[in-house]
Amino acid sequence: MTPGKNLRWIKVVLFFACLAPLALLGWKALHDALGANPIQVITFSTGTWTLVFLLATLSITPLRRLTGQLWLIQLRRMVGLFAFFYACLHFTTYIWLDKFFDVHEMLKDVVKRPFITAGFTAFVLLIPLAITSTRGMIVRLGGKTWQCLHRLIYVSALAGVVHYIWLVKKDERVPAIFATILGALLLYRILSWALQRTKSPSSRRPPGRAWQQQPDAIGE
Amino acid sequence: MSIGKSQDLKYSEVTPKKWYMSRRTFIAAASVAGATVLTGRSLREMFSPAEHAHAASKIENLKKGPFSTTEKETPYKDITNYNNYYEFSTDKYEPAGLSKDFKTRPWTVSLEGEAKKKQSLDVDSIIKLAPAEERIYRLRCVEGWSMVIPWIGFPLSVLLNKMEPTSKAKFVEFTTVYDPKQMPGQRRGVLDWPYVEGLRMDEAMHPLTILAFGLYDEVLPNQDGAPLRIVVPWKYGFKSAKAIVKIRLVEQQPINTWNKSAPDEYGFYSNVNPEVDHPRWSQATERRIGEFRKRPTLKFNGYGDQVASLYAGMDLRKNF
Repeated sequence: MTPGKNLRWIKVVLFFACLAPLALLGWKALHDALGANPIQVITFSTGTWTLVFLLATLSITPLRRLTGQLWLIQLRRMVGLFAFFYACLHFTTYIWLDKFFDVHEMLKDVVKRPFITAGFTAFVLLIPLAITSTRGMIVRLGGKTWQCLHRLIYVSALAGVVHYIWLVKKDERVPAIFATILGALLLYRILSWALQRTKSPSSRRPPGRAWQQQPDAIGE
Repeated sequence: MSIGKSQDLKYSEVTPKKWYMSRRTFIAAASVAGATVLTGRSLREMFSPAEHAHAASKIENLKKGPFSTTEKETPYKDITNYNNYYEFSTDKYEPAGLSKDFKTRPWTVSLEGEAKKKQSLDVDSIIKLAPAEERIYRLRCVEGWSMVIPWIGFPLSVLLNKMEPTSKAKFVEFTTVYDPKQMPGQRRGVLDWPYVEGLRMDEAMHPLTILAFGLYDEVLPNQDGAPLRIVVPWKYGFKSAKAIVKIRLVEQQPINTWNKSAPDEYGFYSNVNPEVDHPRWSQATERRIGEFRKRPTLKFNGYGDQVASLYAGMDLRKNF
């Protein structure tokens, strides 16, 4: 199945669906429904959604390969950019509502608190990916370099999940779910890379290319 | 004393926000329901935190106790809907709902250990041991938020003296009820149940330390530790054990539950101290519930004049 003309509509719907978590948060804020500690809820919610969108981005390649729905790749950029969007909101909550723009305090945090260090790393690594997400950038960098650069998402997602695990006081059920899903997504890549190598031992392809050979694998 | 509280309108007479909001909520909910389904979030979650109405009974003949702060009291709604009570849930918004049917009567407290008068006492007879006092205390959670809470209770020393401690009584150990049927959080091994806390004898006998059974002129709500709890205002909140069934006087320093669970993060003393960080986060500031900006955390939670002498000569970094 190829959605053809419908793809545009699928994208429009997806766009608004991706905005729903923010809409809900805004609605709750307006109705005084964020509970006793609203800032904590905003921080937690934007952080959680960042991770959800990161994992969703990483799911698209396995999903399209397993289902044969190759067009799914055309949604990846939008989902990835939403991950960055929620990461920006999360980061803004931290620098504004938690640190009140106290740069000195923030630097101290980044150096001293491992969970902040991990979260900060996850966020910073997403910046080059967002900047180079345009078609023009892919052309300018060249497909191979671009792909290589965009593998930073694995590091970012890993740092993001570690950030979550480290900040939890005791109950690690939810971060464990994120870690499991991320583990499965990374395992899929390792397996398909290994499989590709055993299939064509003479191949000198760099690892990673195996699951992204199709021309449409790059951007949209 | 009662700052920000009207004299003739009691909190319990105010229509819970949950009800007067419900019509508007419904209309708005209908319009976002579609989006909610798309993102897979439950409708129930949309209205979280569920604010629970209460029908607590008033505590009569209340007298004003010493040490009360004149700071603005945290609203009843927040004190009763934002609770760290792992016996019910690790989610702070859940104990209010999950503890609704928790049975606090009949309830006996076993008084044991290095005491001449070991006995089991009914909670209602304990409550009658001394006149009920209002104590408006700051509460600082180890997680970095704080409240101002008008507790009702009386000094713990009243009960401890009744036990007639022997010379071997160096510490007091408090045990929270273990009842996984009623407390869903205890069905999981998040912490080593039952919850145990402890104080040094002089801390327990200190006039600031109270046995609490009420909140805002009323009987203590279940989610806040009913029927009987300890309140130690200069220590992080987890030191103030809830729903107590056993008080034991001991010679050795008790191992408190959080200390057992993460010895490098939660010490026995756990005095509020902005100079000693939690290994993973700073304790220098706190967010007072209801306030936008964070405020600096005070050493001993602002009770240094009363309690600093208890720790004279001690290295508070080591004895965190």
